[in-house]
Amino acid sequence: MKRSWISAVLSVLLLATVLLPAAAADRVVRVYNWSDYIDEAILKDFEAETGIKVIYDVYDSNDILETKLLAGKSGYDVVFPSGNFLSRQIQAGVFQKLDRSALPNWKNLDPSIMQLVTRYDPGNDYGVPYMWGTTGIAFNEEAVQKRLPDQKIDSWRFVFEPELLKKLADCGVYMLDAADEIIPAALNFIGENPDSKDPAVIEKAEAVLKAIKPSIRKFHSSENINALANGDICFAVMWSGDANIARTRAEEANKTFVIKYIIPKEGAQLWFDMMAMPKDAPHPKEGLEFINYMMRPEVIAKATNYVTYANANAASKPLVNKDILDDPNIYPPPEVMKRLFVVTPYDQKLQRLVTRIWQRVKTAS
Amino acid sequence: MQQGRPAPPPISPGPPPTPFEVLDRTLPPTSPWAIGARLISLIEKRGRSAVIFIPYVWLVLFFLVPFFIVLKLSFSEAVLAQPPYAPLLDLVDEAGNWYLSARFNLSNYITLLTDDLYVRAYLSSLKIAATATLLTLAVALPLAYAIARAPESWRLTLLMLIILPFWTSFLIRVYAWIGILKNEGLLNALLLGLGLISEPLIILNTNVAVYIGIVYSYLPFMVLPIYASFDRMDPSLIEAAIDLGCRPSTSFWKITVPIAFPGIVAGCMLVFIPAVGEFVIPDLLGGSQTLMIGRLLWVEFFSNRDWPLASAVAIVLLLILVLPIMYFQRSQARRAEREAPQ
Repeated sequence: MKRSWISAVLSVLLLATVLLPAAAADRVVRVYNWSDYIDEAILKDFEAETGIKVIYDVYDSNDILETKLLAGKSGYDVVFPSGNFLSRQIQAGVFQKLDRSALPNWKNLDPSIMQLVTRYDPGNDYGVPYMWGTTGIAFNEEAVQKRLPDQKIDSWRFVFEPELLKKLADCGVYMLDAADEIIPAALNFIGENPDSKDPAVIEKAEAVLKAIKPSIRKFHSSENINALANGDICFAVMWSGDANIARTRAEEANKTFVIKYIIPKEGAQLWFDMMAMPKDAPHPKEGLEFINYMMRPEVIAKATNYVTYANANAASKPLVNKDILDDPNIYPPPEVMKRLFVVTPYDQKLQRLVTRIWQRVKTAS
Repeated sequence: MQQGRPAPPPISPGPPPTPFEVLDRTLPPTSPWAIGARLISLIEKRGRSAVIFIPYVWLVLFFLVPFFIVLKLSFSEAVLAQPPYAPLLDLVDEAGNWYLSARFNLSNYITLLTDDLYVRAYLSSLKIAATATLLTLAVALPLAYAIARAPESWRLTLLMLIILPFWTSFLIRVYAWIGILKNEGLLNALLLGLGLISEPLIILNTNVAVYIGIVYSYLPFMVLPIYASFDRMDPSLIEAAIDLGCRPSTSFWKITVPIAFPGIVAGCMLVFIPAVGEFVIPDLLGGSQTLMIGRLLWVEFFSNRDWPLASAVAIVLLLILVLPIMYFQRSQARRAEREAPQ
C-alpha cells in the first residue's frame, strides 16, 4: 500500500500550496532592528492602539542588514541602519523618501541632531534618528585601579599605548569587531583626521593597532556586555549604551565592582541609528505609522529609559529618567559634544583596504 | 486438494484508473487541482523513470544552477547598487545599434592569487581540516571497531548513541562547548578541582578548541562508514591469522585495517571536505588568529559587500577540493581494475 501512502502525502502538499497564500489579510508592519534595542512593551502598545500586528526581527551587525537590503526584497518595512551605512545604502538606491505629511510627529525632533545627520542624509529625506551614542571606553574600576594605580582613565592612551594596555591584558581586554569605529579612533589618537579617505593615512592605523593586538583577548561587538558584567574582562572599547547595560547587570548581580564608561578627552566617534524604509517595503503605510508612533515623546522616552541611549527627540527630554538625562556620557554637555566626530562611509575600494587592514590586525600574533 | 480447474481470471479492461486520474477527469482542466492530479497520476504510472528523474532534478536545481550563479558572479564586478554587482551580460545601445556586451572580469581571481591573505587562508584551512580529520580518525577507528565487535544485541544501542547528538541542533552543541572550554568552564573547574593544574588552561578561542569542535561534530561521519566495513568483515579471517602464528597487533594492521580501508577513505572525505569550509566552529570556538577560508568568505560577503570576490573564493575552494578527489577516485578505479582477477 506504499503507493497510496505516497499519493496521500503528495495530495496534502498540494492542498497546502493552494490554501496557504489565501491567509494573512490583516494589517502588519515588519520591523528589523538591532537586538536588545527596544522596550518590547512599546510594540505591544502599538499593536493595541493601531491594530497593526508588528513582526519584529533582530540583527546584531550593520553588515547583516546591509546584505539583506542590497539583495533586495528583504520584506521589511522599517529598518535601523547606522548613519554611515544609511548614507551608502541611499546611494545604492535602497530606500524610499519618507512622506513627511504622514509623519506629523516630525516636529518633536531636535533640530541640532537633524543638522548633524545631514552628513549622511542630506535634506533629511530618508532617515529619522532613533538613538545615538558614542564609542568610548568601559572598564571595571576596581580591577583597573589595581593594575594602574593613581591613573585617571580619561584618554585613548590607555588603549593605544602598548605599554599601558599590556598592564591590563591579564584581566581581559575586548575590542569592538568594527573596523569603521576602531580605525577612526586610532587615527584620531595619532592626530590624523579620523574621517580621512586617504589610503596612506588610513594605513597608519595598522601599526598602532598591531602594536596593541597581543593585549586584546577578543574582537567582538556584543559579548562584551556580559563579559564586563560577570567580571570576565576588565576593559573594553565599546558603545556607550552597552556599557550602561553592563553596569546595570553587574549591579543587579550584586557584584562588588563598578563598571564605568568614559568619552576619552581626545574625542570619540558619534554615531546615529536611523529608521528608514526600503523602496520595496510591502506595507509602506503601516511602516510610516510605526515611524510616526516612535517619534511620540512618551514612546521614545520609554525606549531611552530602557536601552539607556540618547534619542533625538527634543520633546521627550522631560519624560526621560533624570539619571539618564544627567549622565554626561549619555547626553554629553556641549563642550564634550564639540570633541565628538562623525565618520562618513568608505567607497568600495577603500572599504576593501579597511577590511584588509582589519583582517591583518586581527590575525596578527 | 484441488477440485477441478480454477476459473480463468476475468479479462480486465486495463488497469483501473487511479484516484488521481478520476480527479483529473472530473475537474476543469486548468484548475490547479487538476494540474496537480495530472502530475501525480503521471508519477504513479511512470514510477521507475520518475524515481531516476528526481535525483537529476535535485542535482540540477540545487547543485548545478547555484554553481553557475556563483560562477557567473565571480566574473562580475562589485558596485554600490541593488544587487551589489554589475551585470555580466548587457544590452548596449550604440548609435541605434544594439549590442550584447559581455564583460568577463578576471580581477577577482587575480586578487586571490596576488593577495597573500587568501593563499594563507586556504593553506591554513587545509592544515586545520587535515589535522582535525586525522584526530577524528584516531578516535573513530577504535570506536567503530569496538562497536563492530560488541555483542549483537548491543550494537544497535551503541550505534544509536553515536547518532543521538544529531537530534540536537548543531549550533547549540557547538555553543555548549563554549561553556565547557572557557576559563571558568566545566573542564577547567574539573581539572582545578582534581589538582591537576593550578591555573585555568586557555583553550577557548584557540585552534585547540577548533580541533575539539571539529572532532566532536564530525565523529559520526567517520564512525559510521568505518563501522560498515568492519561489520562486513569475516571474524574467521583473524582467527585464521592467529592460528597461523600472527600476533594480534600484526593481524590488526595486516587484515583489519586493509579491510576497513574503503570505510576509512569515505569517512576521511566526509570529515575533511566540510571541515575545510567550516564557518560556525572557528567562529564560535576559534580565536581572532584562527584564519579559515569560511570566515574570510563571510567577511568578503558581509563586511566588504564584495559578492563577486566572495564567489571567486568559493569557486577556488571548490576546485581545490574537487580536483584531488577526482584524481584520487580515478586512481582508485584504475587500481581496482588492475587487481581484478583476470
